[in-house]
Amino acid sequence: MAGIAAPGAAAAGPESELPAGKGFMVWLDRKAWRDFIVAIPYVWLLFFFLLPFFIVFAMSFARSLIAIPPFEYNAQWPYIVFDNYERLFTDARYLQAYLISIFNAAVATVLCLIIGYPMALGIARARGAWRNILLLLVILPFWTSFLLRVYAWIGLLSNNSWFNRGLTSLYNTVFGVFGTINNVPMMNTNFAVVLIIVYSYLPFMILPLYANLEKLDYTLNEAAMDLGSKPWQVFKDVTLPLSVPGIIAGALLVFIPASGELVIPTLVGRADNPMIGRMINDEFGLVRDWPMASTISVALLVLLVVPIMIYNNMAMRAEGARN
Amino acid sequence: MNAQDTIPAPAKPAWLDPSAKPFIRIDAVTKQFGPFTAVNNVSLDIFKGELFALLGGSGCGKTTLLRMLAGFEQPTKGRVFIDGQDMTDIPPYERPVNMMFQSYALFPHMSVEKNVGYGLKHERMTDAQRKDRVKAMLDLVQLTPLAQRKPHQLSGGQRQRVALARALARQPKLLLLDEPLGALDKKLREQTQFEIMNIQEKTGITFVVVTHDQEEAMTLATRIAVMDQGEIRQTGTPTEIYEFPRSRFVADFIGSINLCDGTVNRTGGGKAVVACEAWNAEVTVACDDALSVGSKVSVAVRPEKIAIDRHKPASGLNILAGKVMDLGYFGKDSLYRVKLQGNTLVRVNRVNERRASEGERVADWEDDVYLSFDPSAAILLRE
Ligand SMILES: Nc1ncnc2c1ncn2[C@@H]1O[C@H](COP(=O)(O)OP(=O)(O)OP(=O)(O)O)[C@@H](O)[C@H]1O
Ligand SMILES: [Mg+2]
Repeated sequence: MAGIAAPGAAAAGPESELPAGKGFMVWLDRKAWRDFIVAIPYVWLLFFFLLPFFIVFAMSFARSLIAIPPFEYNAQWPYIVFDNYERLFTDARYLQAYLISIFNAAVATVLCLIIGYPMALGIARARGAWRNILLLLVILPFWTSFLLRVYAWIGLLSNNSWFNRGLTSLYNTVFGVFGTINNVPMMNTNFAVVLIIVYSYLPFMILPLYANLEKLDYTLNEAAMDLGSKPWQVFKDVTLPLSVPGIIAGALLVFIPASGELVIPTLVGRADNPMIGRMINDEFGLVRDWPMASTISVALLVLLVVPIMIYNNMAMRAEGARN
Repeated sequence: MNAQDTIPAPAKPAWLDPSAKPFIRIDAVTKQFGPFTAVNNVSLDIFKGELFALLGGSGCGKTTLLRMLAGFEQPTKGRVFIDGQDMTDIPPYERPVNMMFQSYALFPHMSVEKNVGYGLKHERMTDAQRKDRVKAMLDLVQLTPLAQRKPHQLSGGQRQRVALARALARQPKLLLLDEPLGALDKKLREQTQFEIMNIQEKTGITFVVVTHDQEEAMTLATRIAVMDQGEIRQTGTPTEIYEFPRSRFVADFIGSINLCDGTVNRTGGGKAVVACEAWNAEVTVACDDALSVGSKVSVAVRPEKIAIDRHKPASGLNILAGKVMDLGYFGKDSLYRVKLQGNTLVRVNRVNERRASEGERVADWEDDVYLSFDPSAAILLRE
């Protein structure tokens, strides 16, 4: 190409526009620009994730006190104290909060998967126009404020709502012989927390699953069917194993934010048995024990980084298998 | 040559035997996608042990017809019978049919061995039998050393062989191949064509092969169906299709041919004399059936059936004068494009049977030449 272009460029003369335009393109195409664009997210992560995390991490080794700022470091070498970590492992409240968080998040993740997988598969297999409509329906709830939707749920679940009264009378007519009830206790239970987490995070399960399932080559299913597999066997042998990356991505997108969820457990959860997000919030705001809040955060992060690393590892292996 | 090398005279082929029962009967099948008709009222009989080719241009409905045989598409109208059984409403997993997909459709998460053995999961056989069958299949396509690889670790040709082995493993009564060699280069293609023919002979399975490559169809097939716009234009052996096309479409589609419209002037003695306007000549063509004088027909002559010479032949019919406009030298043969007086170009193919330097050629650029062909070499087409 260059050999052909060179005489033309020479003939056009030094006054021509072409070399200048080319110069701009060359300037625009410089490697430095590409590096710059690639660097932006890293810089972003550095300033808005790594640096704040380092502050939190550092603060977790301080001691709280009533002052501004409300913490101090040890006056002598090694300047840091491990009191907070000691408390974290000895005070049963923290351990319990972690367990209940992980439990709620895990149950919600499994439920999201059970509900979301058929939906994602249905959308992926739907025809063109339908597919877009169904996807839109999945995303539509995001157009209403998240808080508003949680309050709407409170309106449904609370003891004297029409929904609760309806459930109560249904129970009383069916199981009345075993004794009647005045209402179905749903507010301030783990049930409510899991229910609303499932409701809120379902799209985060459906969307990555859909992206994965939509890419699957349907001729593979036909090939399996051609080789004698009935539809459910085709699903088990082909669709399910090939959608594992989508399942993992969806599960992480639900599990990680759900285990640190603050708003939902605060509004509908049990006050005596809080999830970890609420714990951090209370330590930070109510108790003003910033070092303890930091310690819990660090522990939560460590707890969550492990599954992410496992996922990355698996994704990388799957990627290697594909290329 | 010893006795073993001689090919035994083939028995009378089944398609010529009116009492033979077809193995596959496609009975007036139509397939519509919305308002669009992909396959239009196709009827076809295919016999046991045939290697049948569906040939046609892109989008003419070959894959759709094949998918109806496999059970992936339901005919809008008509019935499909395989081995005497009505298969129209039978789902794909219950048909004694296996298909090799155009894209191979190998399972990416399974090894070569697992891919080949997949269909055997549903067969009633012991694990040892299953293992043996997979091994036999891998031997057949010469992939035993690669048994543990995943599809993405194979070359295109190897993948294609895995797909073939997988489709053969269940020993189906009917094997469908959708452009099996589309992705291969010329050499591998020819090699695999012979491999497929070998396997077909060894197993005796009936093959239906879709292709848009006419050479491939000619080499592989016992019979060919030429399709166009969802309809079958002609069914016949490769020789029939090439030498005795029944319509302009088929004549034009297979190989290259010189076509000219004309009017019948006289008939008699198994011959018809046609006035060909574009060639500016009266052409005598052998013709068996009665033709009425004045009817519109086309005359078609294959390039290799036309003789070319600088000197006018002393006698004979169908002599056309022209000038060489173009000459393509291909080594074993040469292609001449000759402009007739009527300004039409005629393609002539001549085998270079003698060694000749450039000056000694039969004809050269700008030479005035005479073309001639025998009445029996020309084809009279009424469609
Ligand atoms: N599911 C479908 N919906 C609508 N139209 C379809 C569908 N499948 C095929 N067609 C149409 O039917 C026609 C025949 O398609 P088919 O795949 O059978 O062609 P083909 O002969 O195999 O062509 P090619 O050689 O390009 O593979 C095409 O015009 C195609 O657009
Ligand atoms: Mg096709």
